[in-house]
Order: sequence, then structure tokens, then C-alpha cells
Amino acid sequence: MKKHRQKRLYAVLGTVFGVSVAVGLVLFALSENINLFYKPSDVEAGKAPLDKTIKVGGLVVPGTVVRNTETLDVSFVIRDNQSDLKVHFNDVLPDLFKEGQGIVATGQLTDQQNFKASSVLAKHDENYMPPEVARALEESGHPMKKKND
Amino acid sequence: MAWTWFFRLGSPKWFYQIAGRWQPWIWGLTLIGLSVGTVWGLFIAPPDYYQGDLARIIYIHVPAAYLSMFTYVIMAVSAAIGLIWRMKMAFMFSISCSPIGAAFTLLALVTGSLWGKPTWGTYWVFDARLTSELILLFLYLGHMALYNASDDIKTADKSAAILAIVGVVNIPIIHYSVEWWNSLHQPASLSKLAKPSIDESMLWPLLIMIFSFKLFFISMVLPWLRNNILWRERDSQWVREMIEK
Repeated sequence: MKKHRQKRLYAVLGTVFGVSVAVGLVLFALSENINLFYKPSDVEAGKAPLDKTIKVGGLVVPGTVVRNTETLDVSFVIRDNQSDLKVHFNDVLPDLFKEGQGIVATGQLTDQQNFKASSVLAKHDENYMPPEVARALEESGHPMKKKND
Repeated sequence: MAWTWFFRLGSPKWFYQIAGRWQPWIWGLTLIGLSVGTVWGLFIAPPDYYQGDLARIIYIHVPAAYLSMFTYVIMAVSAAIGLIWRMKMAFMFSISCSPIGAAFTLLALVTGSLWGKPTWGTYWVFDARLTSELILLFLYLGHMALYNASDDIKTADKSAAILAIVGVVNIPIIHYSVEWWNSLHQPASLSKLAKPSIDESMLWPLLIMIFSFKLFFISMVLPWLRNNILWRERDSQWVREMIEK
């Protein structure tokens, strides 16, 4: 390769490297803000502010969904690997809200264990399969999300 | 020698003619691929156990999102080749990529948002994946604007090439956004390193669609590139001869 071309090649590679390092540092510094939501373990560790609108996310623990028979009030527990957080909500839940499903809720922490949500979004997972496969998996004892309840 | 094909690629006239000959065949393959993939994906593949027929958007959304990043990488690599070897054709190719890449990005954003409403409960949320894909759209638009902003073609080539190269850092960010940060968007169902978390009966039409979208990209980029060649070589002998004929 000729000298001047080599020089330009290094200039291009150097630019890409420099920009990557710069962007990497910025993203690293901002990572707290880029995370869409706090996990229950972050809340327990005191990382999430009280009385400020934030988002929390986790899996809905099966058997914890309690609906009020007279109003729209509903509460459920979300969990990540370590901690639990109770979410209170009084509006219509999304169609794909199910036990075992991941959700992201917007609202405020009333204390370290309770979260008052103003909106609940369902977080979908990356698994795609036909109904027969899902049934077969369930029969072999694999816990599955249910479409209808 | 092994390098001759590379330098021949650098000849606008040669490329213009050979691309013109290939074009109908590539278009034919693209149409066959897209029809097979669409029919397979929409009618033959089973619905998802959880989302039902809603999951079928995957056959458009994933290829569009994949191609939006693929096109950008190609655009940046050819911009770098243009800068290093001062190759006109590489610049022209790079310039021809951005409108197509922008279209793929927009398609990925729109289909994703239409899927998001019934699945997540919202059209849009500023999570890492969605935001970085939106930035990609702005990069494409900026690339087109920057190229067209300068009257001098050499300045235009160079400044657009530098933007393309700098913007390439966004590509790994889009790809890893769902792993590095908590996001609403789910992690990848398809990845080279792991067993796909999508059933085989849905995987095949998806792979066909991704392949056909790549062919579609080639079918789209060739006419753009040929137009750019004609416009920029308008003062050269062979273009004049061709027009006069």
C-alpha cells in the first residue's frame, strides 16, 4: 500500500476509534439515565428516588394479582432475581398483561416496598413458537405464560 | 492480478454497463424471494402461541431493522474506501445508500410502533433501542442533507463520507442496546452465536425474508447508483455518446 493511502487509512481507523471511545465514555456516564426502568433490586438498594415519577420493571409473580371486585383497583408483585416490589394500579391493564409476564410501570414509589402506578406497559419476550409447541412444553412441566384467563 | 477487479469496479463506465445487464435478473430474484417469504410468513407459518397473528409483523420488521443497520455499515465502509483510495465510485455508492437505508429505518420504526401499541400498550417509548434506531434515521437524513448542501462535489463527497464513518459507532449501540440497558424492547430472537429463540417453522420464512430484503437492497441501490454515475459523468465522452445515440 502506498504511503499516503496508508496514512489516510490510519486517519480513518483513528477517527472511528476516537469517536467510539468518546461515545463509550458518554454512554457509560449516562447509563443510569439510559436504563428505561429500575428493577425491584435497585429499589430495595435505595437507588430509586421516592415521590418522583419513575419507571419500574420486572416479572409479575404468579398468584399475586389481587383485583378489587368493585373498583378497577388492582395490585400485584413484580420481581427480578433478588427482590420484590408491590405495584398498585387503578386503570385498565394491557391485553397482554398476564402472570409471569414482564411489565414496565410508570408512577411513584410511596415507600421502599410499594409503587403507585399511573400506567402499565407489557414487556414482551424474545420467544416465538407455534401453539402446539407451547402446549407440548407445558405438558412436559415447563411453566408457560397463558394467553387466556 | 487479484486487484484488477477492484480497480475495474472503479470505472464508472464499466460499472454502469454491467449493472444495467444484471439489474433485471436481480429484480426477478428479489420479487420471487419477497413473494415466497411473504406467502410463507403470512399464510403458511403458524401463529405465535402468545401473540397470535400479531407476531407476523416479525417478517417485515426484523428484515427492515436488520437492513437499516446493514446498509449503514456498507455505506460507511464504501465511504472509507472512497476516502483512502480517492475512488469516485466508492463515494457514489456510499451516497446512493442513504435514501434506501433511511427508508428501511422508517419502515422498521413504523412497523415496530404499530406492533408496540397492541403488545406493549404504547406506540412509542424512549428506551435505548427505539431511541438509537431513531438516531439512525437522523444520521441517514443528515448524510443526505450534508451531501446536497455543498455545490462542490469533492467537498460534498468528503464531508458526507466523514459523517457516514463517524455515525457507524451507532450500529453496535443499536445492536447491544437491549443487553446493555433495561429496555422495553425485547432482546434479539436471532443471533449468530446462540440457538435462535424462535421456532424453526417461523425461522425459515424469516430467513428468506431477510435474504430477499438484501436482494431488494441491491435492486434498489443499482438504479440509484447508475443515476448518480450518469449525472456525475455527464461531461464525459461515453455518456455523451450514449445520449446522442
